[in-house]
Amino acid sequence: MKKFLAVRIFNILVTLFVIATVTFFLMKLLPGSPFDEEKLADLSDEARMEFYARYGLDQPVYVQYAKYMGNLVQGDLGISYYYKGQKVESLISGRIGPSALLGVQATILGVSIGLILGMIAAFRHNTAWDFFTMFIAVIGVAIPNFVFAALLQYYVGLKWGILPVAFWESYDSSILPTIALSMMVIALIARFMRNEMLEVLQQDYILTARSKGLSQMKVIIRHTLRNSMIPILTILGPIVVSLLTGSLVIENIFGIPGIGSLFVDSIKVNDYTTIMGLTIFYSTFYILTVLVVDLLYGIVDPRIRIAGSKG
Amino acid sequence: MTNSTLEKYEKTNIEKNEMNNFDHLFKEDSFKVVGAKKDSQDAITRPYVGIFKESWLRLTKNKGAVVSLVVLSILIILALIGPYMNEYTYDETNYEKAFQEPNSEHWFGTDKFGRDQWTRIWEGTRISLYIALLATVLDLVIGVLYGSISALVGGKVDNVMQRIIEVLVGIPNLILIILLIMLLKPGIFTITVAMVITGWVNMARLVRSQVFKLKNQEFILASKALGASNSRLIKEHFIPNTLGLIIVNMMFTIPSAIFTEAFLSFIGLGLQEPLASLGVLINDGFKAMRNNFYLLLYPAGVIVGLMVCFNLLADGLRDALDPKMRK
Repeated sequence: MKKFLAVRIFNILVTLFVIATVTFFLMKLLPGSPFDEEKLADLSDEARMEFYARYGLDQPVYVQYAKYMGNLVQGDLGISYYYKGQKVESLISGRIGPSALLGVQATILGVSIGLILGMIAAFRHNTAWDFFTMFIAVIGVAIPNFVFAALLQYYVGLKWGILPVAFWESYDSSILPTIALSMMVIALIARFMRNEMLEVLQQDYILTARSKGLSQMKVIIRHTLRNSMIPILTILGPIVVSLLTGSLVIENIFGIPGIGSLFVDSIKVNDYTTIMGLTIFYSTFYILTVLVVDLLYGIVDPRIRIAGSKG
Repeated sequence: MTNSTLEKYEKTNIEKNEMNNFDHLFKEDSFKVVGAKKDSQDAITRPYVGIFKESWLRLTKNKGAVVSLVVLSILIILALIGPYMNEYTYDETNYEKAFQEPNSEHWFGTDKFGRDQWTRIWEGTRISLYIALLATVLDLVIGVLYGSISALVGGKVDNVMQRIIEVLVGIPNLILIILLIMLLKPGIFTITVAMVITGWVNMARLVRSQVFKLKNQEFILASKALGASNSRLIKEHFIPNTLGLIIVNMMFTIPSAIFTEAFLSFIGLGLQEPLASLGVLINDGFKAMRNNFYLLLYPAGVIVGLMVCFNLLADGLRDALDPKMRK
């Protein structure tokens, strides 16, 4: 276990190093920086040099790289090119609230509805319930989240006027984006849960439990549910990815001041330091989630732990 | 066993046989063959069905897959001939006729520049499909080569190739694609390339694990023992046994490529005007949604149709090509 963890953490550090390096040099290669020569042409040479010095651009690229990496290790992501004088890490921490709220709400909503739908579908296999669930599962994966969000906004927000169309004013503003974000989660969980439960229901120990005279409810809760839920951990990675990418467009559509819209906005204004900072932030978050999932998996399912210690 | 016990054993056996011997009761002619005939047992009653014919038969039994196949064919045909069905071109502007609701002249209405929306939608569908198919084919070529080389060569080569994949898997795909497109400037080809740079990894992993599994199976060993050459092994065993997996994975890659392209266009990293893809059209439609909802509705309808059909068809193919994978 210790060796496994050490190898994993080493891999994570290598991956993060590669990501930070690639992002840094990609940003250096990009045209259209706010500090291009021609954009500062009307400044005097002295003023321009002062400008460069403030952002550390007067030094050769390798020095900039070493500095950036050094600062990165200390959690310093540099100064934003667009939001004058603001540190990127404070930009991120200032806007992470709405994103986190949406993400957590969408996960809770998506997982609970997905679990319920999946369970009903498995217990009412090949009935209208089952087909309804599979329909939701296909639709949820197939409809692009921004199309779904736009339609929600048009019908619920504009036409029927039930909920706020956009902006981050009251708690109500978070409802539509949460629903839009959870669609994919519902679809993934419902389909997975249904398949997993159908398989568990065929196992011998379910037959044993039934023949012991346990009630249907007890069979479901004690045996079926527990054993079906373990593999759901494996799709937590894809779910986190869908939430991350979903937040990029959905925050934009609903005008939510989160990190997703910060990322898209900084792409539009070529705010390179913010793009770099967010890329590294997203990657770290994703990689750590995958690690936590793997560790949890070993804790929840002892069979894997044993297999792991042997191998 | 001592000799005496052996004798005893034989003796009881013979006694048993005699007890079970009913020959004295039934003469040979007291029986006649009624049903089973040698030639009818050996006869082939059904025509020989190859693996792909059989999969096709299974696929056509899946209602969802058949409907998807029909709808997809219609959409693809419209993407090919749609732009030529009226006299307008996708970039022809007419400011006097901007924002016209769908009518007999402009079947899907016109956009803010008075361009014919019908032509633009099918032109956009064609571009979206083209990007998705190209990206999928490139994923396929790179992924299959990488995965099979990694698995067949094995050892140190495999180790190094797997470490590279591990690093690539750790990076959230979409973020990397966004960075690459910012560098390369959006265009049909650069969007495709950006998607392929991370896209092949999945295919490579699948192919590698499948080939690894096959490598250790008895029928491969048997074939080797019979002296089959490497090229024969690959042609007769590895390819047919991985083909289903590859096709299914391809079918799931196409809709996700359509999605990625539309997503990029939606956040402003897609094709530049006047070119249109479905994502560009949806983005324009979203901006005009408040007063001209039809501009969002039709392109959204087409992309949802494509996505749903490709997904259902992929599900159907998975069930048809490999019943073991069915869930």
